[in-house]
Amino acid sequence: MRQTSLNMVFELAKADPRVVFIGSDLGPDTLADMKAELPERYFMEGIAEQNLIGMAAGMAFSGLVPYLNTIATFMTRRCFEQVAVDLCLHDLPVRLISSGGGTVYAPLGPTHLAIEDIAIMRALPNMTIIAVADAEEMRRMMPATLQWPHPIYIRLGKGGDPIVTSPDDGFTIGKAIIKRPKAEILIVSTGIMLGPCLQAADQMAKSGINCCVLHMHTIKPLDVETLLDCAGAARLVVSVEEHVVNGGLGSAVLECLADHMPGQMPIMRRLGLPDAFPVHYGTQEQHLKHNGLDAAGIIAAVQAGLGLKSGLRDV
Amino acid sequence: MTLAAHALSNRPIGGDKSVASLDERSRYLRRLVIRALQGGGRGHVGSSLSPLEMIRVLYDDVLRYRPDDAHWPGRDLFVMSKGHGCLALYALLADKNFIPIETLDDFCRFESILGGHPEFGKVPGVEASTGALGHGLSIGVGMALAARIQRRDTRIFVLCGDGEINEGSVWEAAMAASKHNLSNLTVLIDYNKLQSAGPTDAIQPLEPLADKFRAFGFRAVEVDGHDLVALRQMLVPRPEAGVPPLALICHTIKGRGIGFAEGRADWHHKAKLPQADIDRLIAGLGEAL
Repeated sequence: MRQTSLNMVFELAKADPRVVFIGSDLGPDTLADMKAELPERYFMEGIAEQNLIGMAAGMAFSGLVPYLNTIATFMTRRCFEQVAVDLCLHDLPVRLISSGGGTVYAPLGPTHLAIEDIAIMRALPNMTIIAVADAEEMRRMMPATLQWPHPIYIRLGKGGDPIVTSPDDGFTIGKAIIKRPKAEILIVSTGIMLGPCLQAADQMAKSGINCCVLHMHTIKPLDVETLLDCAGAARLVVSVEEHVVNGGLGSAVLECLADHMPGQMPIMRRLGLPDAFPVHYGTQEQHLKHNGLDAAGIIAAVQAGLGLKSGLRDV
Repeated sequence: MTLAAHALSNRPIGGDKSVASLDERSRYLRRLVIRALQGGGRGHVGSSLSPLEMIRVLYDDVLRYRPDDAHWPGRDLFVMSKGHGCLALYALLADKNFIPIETLDDFCRFESILGGHPEFGKVPGVEASTGALGHGLSIGVGMALAARIQRRDTRIFVLCGDGEINEGSVWEAAMAASKHNLSNLTVLIDYNKLQSAGPTDAIQPLEPLADKFRAFGFRAVEVDGHDLVALRQMLVPRPEAGVPPLALICHTIKGRGIGFAEGRADWHHKAKLPQADIDRLIAGLGEAL
């Protein structure tokens, strides 16, 4: 996914002289082809995220469209004020390609995990937040960023994530994709959680329990229209995200339903990471499984939700 | 305060490195600052008076701009990184007709375009919203790089406070400016030796400041920041191609021009300025040389 996004930056740069790439201290081969062919628009600026953001703002003031890449947690925690003031207050078209969203860097420990990045970015006016499900969707998404007039936080999954989207899905920023049709149960996910959500839905369908699966690749601005349309048909909504449960996709969905469906809200369960710094290392898969963010965990969450509502416990 | 008084041991903080007198235009610009202070009933007094000659020289003698077309692509760029000194910038923007002079009377009021820190998009001529410190130089670096990419001969000037350069981000930006050898970039330091909490050499010593900038790859020059001739001499000539970026360390006096406020930390900012204080400021200005 990361490789695809960076390759796309080079493709966009070849076609549009406004496109600039700025990295921090990435691998020596990062976008080597762009560095060779477009050296004036290729920057590797060192471990100085505050300066990277300010510099990108200065470029965007001058009409350029900078694409930045560094580790997600350093793009959000380290330089929050620069993102808030330099990018969001000025509403500049800078793109923050953020590696390792979620628990990708599990073995590296809590300093490297970006598990509250969506919450951080959601707090900022003018910010757009996108988490695609796989590399193919990344390929469809990146061209849409070129003309988008606001800053964008692009959250990357691990890389090599299974392809679960299809060309028919298309991609429009801010327009959620209905991957399984409307049903009494609505599963809303973002990023690479789409894969296990589809697995869970298909598994439950075999037992006669149909789930709508809504891929909310753009978390901000939230596709309120599609969400309400799907939620209106549901008695249970389950949000699924590789992110702490406070402040992320689940919170966004909950806020939307509370605002727009007073007294008619379906039961809602938020599946995500706890409000805590992770204590384990290991792999991303282990963390996801440990926190119920796999097909089995999603099925369990649906069961629990249905149990609360109707007493049904077996799926 | 007289020049002779400056020479006495009892001179204000900063008075040992800045002895230039003020002319009528400098006093007029200070009256505009006081007009805004009166309008808002508050403001950064000392912080707006120390950089006034630096900004005056930029707008009078250096920058290319069109007040009726604030976004004219051929303009040079000035970023007031120490946004709290914005009254000095507002005075020049009013004087140059970017904004009607009456706008100063609405300073900090609910519907005003002029806040306690300057905002891009609200105030014609303001190139970036500042106020959170340590942002301007990075923005200037990006602007300078963009000018290079776009083959424009834009000059970029960033004005930082001395307290502001406590921020580490300033030095990240300084390294980048040097790495890219941004000849078209000048950082001006308003070195009034006083930050909010007290003297800079007590709060966070900066010396040897010129050597610091030299170590970061800048050409560093120290001038009297109220000396128009010295400022013009350094700022008017276009830098030759290939020279390193310039750090112009301007020795100034906080509150310069108002005798009783000069070199006084308690005149850094006033959240309340009753008419009696405004009257004192006006009277103090009349006495200044």
